[in-house]
Amino acid sequence: MKTSDIIKNGLIKENPTWVLVLGMCPTLATTTSAINGMCMGLATTFVLMMSNTVISLLKSVIPDKVRIPSFIVVIATFVTIVQLVMQGFLPDLYETLGLFIPLIVVNCIVLGRAEAFASKNNVGNSFLDGLFMGLGFTWALTLIGFFRELLGGGAVFGHSIIGGNDGMLLFILAPGGFLVLGYLMALVRKFQKNS
Amino acid sequence: MAKKVQSTLTNMLVVLTCISVVAALALALVSNVTAEPIAQAQKAKTEAAIKAVLPTFDQLEEVTIDGNTYTKAVDAQGNMVGMAIEAKSPKGFGGDLVAMVGFNAEGKVSGYQILQTAETPGLGAKAGEWFQEGNKGNVIGMDPSTPLSVKKDGGQVDAISGSTITSRAFCEIINNAYQIYLKGGNE
Repeated sequence: MKTSDIIKNGLIKENPTWVLVLGMCPTLATTTSAINGMCMGLATTFVLMMSNTVISLLKSVIPDKVRIPSFIVVIATFVTIVQLVMQGFLPDLYETLGLFIPLIVVNCIVLGRAEAFASKNNVGNSFLDGLFMGLGFTWALTLIGFFRELLGGGAVFGHSIIGGNDGMLLFILAPGGFLVLGYLMALVRKFQKNS
Repeated sequence: MAKKVQSTLTNMLVVLTCISVVAALALALVSNVTAEPIAQAQKAKTEAAIKAVLPTFDQLEEVTIDGNTYTKAVDAQGNMVGMAIEAKSPKGFGGDLVAMVGFNAEGKVSGYQILQTAETPGLGAKAGEWFQEGNKGNVIGMDPSTPLSVKKDGGQVDAISGSTITSRAFCEIINNAYQIYLKGGNE
């Protein structure tokens, strides 16, 4: 598989959020602001890279019938590492994201890439797939967070631009998350078709 | 591609056990390394909260009430000038709400800081600023000897618009903290 294909797949063609529509729970829950979405995306990227690499390394020694539990153990280990490190060294970030970090374990993207890609491809490609799938997830989450924050709180990356106004609260809450997600998905898909 | 290991019982047992053991070792290592910074970060956070909610003081003392440790602020002569009490309410909209509440020597609220919250962003999550001095729901300076409650329930506190439940939980925290203050203030 060509590297350029892996990059294109992760970022656009098979983008986890816009095309595969996987991992909607953290997508909706953490995108109340652009920075939260971005941090969640980056944390997931790290886990994806590490789990894809390790699973690809182990793919020939894991018997088929226990592959899912094996994958989950590997993924959960990396998630817990991220959680502990964040709690210790980035306590402020942990405060906002703490609740959602353990959820990365059950994020379908991570298991999905382990099953669909890492267990069938070599280590280098699996690492790249994890990286670019993660970045695809990250830019999607950042974009959703950007619009929800802008519409719901009148702020851009935490900097208020309308001052004093509360914005449209709906967009910070879950229904607004679905609305933003739906419209953005439609737009992204339209651009994809044209290109 | 290398031949795959067959799914026999022994193989499955061995592989899963090995993976789990390696995972456990890795986690033990990380947990060891991060235990210290995590404890420090939490301590720093609590200490900052204690300082933020108390009136000016010269020294802090620890007091134990009902088996829990709270912080008492004393002036240079050793007189109590205030107390910082961590209290929680399980009645928050999204789960437990925990706050550090400060009282001055007269038992009036001198400050508060939310330590743990799972309230709705944009609504209940505003509790961190809403009840501070100068804001709408200001509780600083209030005397909880008549328990605080929101205006909707006939009380004196302006609830966060759209977040009555969070506001009620917040009042409960202040009242709970005041009960602890009463027990400790009589020493």
